[in-house]
Amino acid sequence: MRLITATGLTLQQAGKTVLRDVDMHIDRGEIVTLVGPNGSGKSTLIKGLIGAIKPLRGTVDAMRGLRIGYVPQTLHMDGLLPLTVHRFLCLPYRHAADAMSRVLSEAGVPDLGDAQMRNLSGGQFQRVMLARALLMSPDLLILDEATQGLDQPGAADFYRKIEYVRTHLNCAVLMVSHDLHVVMAASDRVLCLNGHVCCEGRPEVVQDAPEYRALFGTGTQGAFALYRHEHDHEHHHDHDQQHDHDHA
Amino acid sequence: MTTNTTTTMTSNMTMTMLDDFMVRAGLAGIGTALAAAPLGCFVVWRRMAYFGDATAHAALLGVALSLAIQGPILPGVLAAALVMALMVQGLSGRGLAEDAILGVLAHAALAIGLVAVSFLSGVRVDLMGYLFGDILAVNIYDLAQIWAGAAAVIALLVWRWQRLLTATLNPDLAQASGISPRAEQLVLTVALALTVAVAIKAVGALLIGALLIIPPAAARPLARTPEAMALITGAIGSGAALAGLGASYRFDTPTGPTIVSVAAAIFCLTAIAGRLRG
Repeated sequence: MRLITATGLTLQQAGKTVLRDVDMHIDRGEIVTLVGPNGSGKSTLIKGLIGAIKPLRGTVDAMRGLRIGYVPQTLHMDGLLPLTVHRFLCLPYRHAADAMSRVLSEAGVPDLGDAQMRNLSGGQFQRVMLARALLMSPDLLILDEATQGLDQPGAADFYRKIEYVRTHLNCAVLMVSHDLHVVMAASDRVLCLNGHVCCEGRPEVVQDAPEYRALFGTGTQGAFALYRHEHDHEHHHDHDQQHDHDHA
Repeated sequence: MTTNTTTTMTSNMTMTMLDDFMVRAGLAGIGTALAAAPLGCFVVWRRMAYFGDATAHAALLGVALSLAIQGPILPGVLAAALVMALMVQGLSGRGLAEDAILGVLAHAALAIGLVAVSFLSGVRVDLMGYLFGDILAVNIYDLAQIWAGAAAVIALLVWRWQRLLTATLNPDLAQASGISPRAEQLVLTVALALTVAVAIKAVGALLIGALLIIPPAAARPLARTPEAMALITGAIGSGAALAGLGASYRFDTPTGPTIVSVAAAIFCLTAIAGRLRG
């Protein structure tokens, strides 16, 4: 089922055209990743899709009643606003306490409900953001560089959470990331942006596309291996079980 | 013809009580503090301190213009404050930094207001009164105006509370939930203009900024949630108003500045308490 479609989308930010003639769509259940150098329009495209930027030309058509769970690139918590995790989860819609503990557990931070938002570590913060996005049982989960500030095992673990969420909620996921290797392995489809859509398709296909090579070189070729390597040494519960299974 | 003697007696007593200028001043202070509490929290959370000042300065221009056309003060002040706020909103993000725009507009409004008043021959205008306010001269109509304005501001903010908080946290986050950050900014702008307009006579243009910022800043170390912070801010503001009135009566000091000094003293105490608690 098609959730959202952009047609001929041209977006400006601060009077400058950042993206031209973007055609894209997202279907239920797929994980789509936006890659591209800095300033290539990844975050701008996301803002266009959620309606934060009005298109200069083109259209965004969303499924009726589409619920979007959004995890922004940065959320500046300067401590001026006192906010517990529970209170944060209740913005803008209030939720029952058991619903909040369920999503916090799903996101892997079950005990943080009473903590102040500004005291969270980077990893905890991103998981709370994910929990908030999950609360509205989204059809489409949008993550704008959600693993910024996480180390490699932390990022890999976060992406496994996303994978789990996708399977359980049957939602689509659209994410922006710089962790090329992890992303390439975790996505169904990759869109490579540089002011327009350079190339798109399955990760293996995009990785071999000349446009992608021109932007990122061939240096990420060993990335799949690196990711798999991390995977093997992960001491995560489901994975240990998988391991046992493999060896049995 | 029947008369309810109890009601008459009570209202007589109330009227007698309101005859006392100290009681009227106290109620004016509390009314202003209660309106300024939730609004001041947003001013602090959104780093809009300059915005409050600019609106207050523009209000002075509104006073001058109202006097020039011999109209009522309240609509003039409200209009000037709103126009100022909308101009700031319209100009921001177009080259100059927001604080520079606010500085230009605030000082220009204050200066033009003072110049405009000097043209008003015949009318002796005590502009100092509108700069610093005169809470001891508040009459029963001023009081009604302050409390009606406070009720309107609080009702508006309670109604939009969840949306305002979400937009304050992050504009894009709000947008993804179907909340327009610009609309919520407008809500705050209207609330600010209304607060300044009803409070200018009692508190004065220069002290409104202080009442919007010092009590919430003092409440911050004591609060764990936004709601708690707004309530504590209301208590601190009201307490500062009453204690300041008492102190100014006892030591014969200017009332407005005494109230602000008390609020500043409370700020120091809670800041230290916050440090000690870690």
